Amino acid sequence: MLNHCASRMTGLLLGLALVSAAFAASVMLGTTDIAPSTFIQALLHYDPARVAHIIIVTERLPRAVIAALVGASLAIAGALMQTMTRNPLASPGILGINAGAMFFVVIAVSLLPLHTPAGYVWAALLGALVAACLVVMLSRGRHGELSPLRVVLAGVAVTAMFVSFSQGLLIVDQQSFESVLYWLAGSVSGRELSVVVPLLPLFGIALLLCMLLVRHANALMLGDDMVKGLGMRAGTIKLLLGLVVILLAGSSVALAGMIGFVGLIVPHMARGLFGVDHRWLLPACALLGASLLLLADVASRFLMPPQDVPVGVMTALIGTPFFIYLARRKQV
Amino acid sequence: MTHSASLTRPGNDTAATNRAVILSALLALVLLASMGLSLSLGSFPTSFNQVVHALTAPQDSDIAFIVWELRLPRILLAVLVGAALAVAGAILQGIVRNPLASPDVIGITSGAAMAAVTFLALFGTGLSIHWLPASALLGAVFSALLVFLLAWKGGISPSRMVLVGIGLSAAMGAVTTLLIVISDDAAAMVAYVWLTGSLYAAQWQDVLGMLPWLLVAVPLCLTYARHMDAMALGDHVALGLGVNVLRSRLVLMACSVALAGAAVAFAGGLSFVGLIAPHIAARLVGRGFGRLVPASALVGALIVLYADLLGRVAFLPKDLPAGIFVSGVGAPFFVYLLHRTRYQNH
Repeated sequence: MLNHCASRMTGLLLGLALVSAAFAASVMLGTTDIAPSTFIQALLHYDPARVAHIIIVTERLPRAVIAALVGASLAIAGALMQTMTRNPLASPGILGINAGAMFFVVIAVSLLPLHTPAGYVWAALLGALVAACLVVMLSRGRHGELSPLRVVLAGVAVTAMFVSFSQGLLIVDQQSFESVLYWLAGSVSGRELSVVVPLLPLFGIALLLCMLLVRHANALMLGDDMVKGLGMRAGTIKLLLGLVVILLAGSSVALAGMIGFVGLIVPHMARGLFGVDHRWLLPACALLGASLLLLADVASRFLMPPQDVPVGVMTALIGTPFFIYLARRKQV
Repeated sequence: MTHSASLTRPGNDTAATNRAVILSALLALVLLASMGLSLSLGSFPTSFNQVVHALTAPQDSDIAFIVWELRLPRILLAVLVGAALAVAGAILQGIVRNPLASPDVIGITSGAAMAAVTFLALFGTGLSIHWLPASALLGAVFSALLVFLLAWKGGISPSRMVLVGIGLSAAMGAVTTLLIVISDDAAAMVAYVWLTGSLYAAQWQDVLGMLPWLLVAVPLCLTYARHMDAMALGDHVALGLGVNVLRSRLVLMACSVALAGAAVAFAGGLSFVGLIAPHIAARLVGRGFGRLVPASALVGALIVLYADLLGRVAFLPKDLPAGIFVSGVGAPFFVYLLHRTRYQNH
């Protein structure tokens, strides 16, 4: 673990370097490899006549931006959820938040003429909210405590419910089935940069709230009484942090579909490296989460060429061994 | 010993046993009546008299064909599959001592689903579709073994098993999704409908393939009823009563895997039946395992029977998968259940 302020700073800088490297790899590697010079040229002097430039601007760049954004968001959401529930297995995927968002998006797509993430992001946010309320309501014990196994079971059950509802809707409405299938599996490809822009304010609000609440999140870890010492009620803090989680997870699902396990693994890695202080933990989560999803996306291009494997499948395959390791280690 | 044994069997109380027997008999009657109802409803209008006539005096008529070859096997398969899933769920909930466990949660269903979708993606319609159940069953057994193996840590802790199962189902679900995404649209839709759980085009050989599993596994798990009731009080109590906890758990798990695997093999991923049927049954007849198993089987059979009936006749001319309706009823009920049991320790 990195203990000193200076070494943590270095760690974050290294994380930044890792993200940059992963970002570059995501832009340059694929069925057509692209030289760094071409990439810079495409950014500075875009020439629509050159195929490489078109690939960069319409395909690779949006893909890398979305992967980085979604990876960072899911990792931060996972870290906050683990803090709030004091449960190492908590994450937007396991606790059903992603599935709730997905179900509402499927409803929106099959009933309303909405076809861009900016159109159905509100459905995704609503779904995330509903799922979060459901899981919290279902897993509270008598004294408001959340038992680890129960939270996970409630999350899995809520996930099963939303997934089977979505399946039902998609079977009845086969038209939407084909258009959303790939997105359902979790994918960062085939989107334009313009779909990200309308969602940026949401990510911005979440980030701002995160920065304001960092100290409260630290206090929350030590117990609800510590939060009172900071002059705020624990319930209010949890509500605000929950809002951050819903904003981050909901927008991520709207952009990239169901991508699991990033929110589970990354906070554990970040905690191992940077400790439990949220002032360091959250930036570290953002950097590592972005790197993880970028790299998983690059790997997904080479797993089964020329077929693009949905990146959600990649993260599930990477994440499962880790989840089982956590389940075995925990004394439950 | 007699005294302690009676302590472990909540079913020994005669009045409660009588009540359980009467209620189970009533359930069986309701099931028979429902089967009759289902037999006379469908896209081709038939009257009850015509159906009875076709049943009792089979002849070469359209109605006889519809009743004998289309409706009856489908109805029987629905009943068998529902019963198998419900008993599998009852066993798992007993072993794990958690009301939220079920074959879908701990990964048996997703293992079978992965194997079946792999089969569909690899062979499509090339190889005979009759091998699909075999591959699904293989997948169920494989995933159950994997869950056991990965949850083993000098013994089996039920909650560790559940968590490992959840993790494994996520991975197997990812592989299933991958296979659906890379296969062409038509095959993807077939696989998707299968995943939801459907009894469409059930045949007599499916019924005959399903039946032996129930005939073996249900009596076998009933012989372990006393052990199960003892284990419900905790491993230490059960050990004190002379129960070989590990062996009982293994045998019962094997029964559960066989039942769930066979059901998924013949009808696809019908979720929530294994979860909710034992709860409904327990409210009717109480928690003694010996009474719970038959009642769960009847309730599960009723659930799947009606779900399939709805899918068959409610949205004509479409024939929708029964799984949609099972989840439609099962999921909200499950949420209610979670809410009601929220003060338990698990």
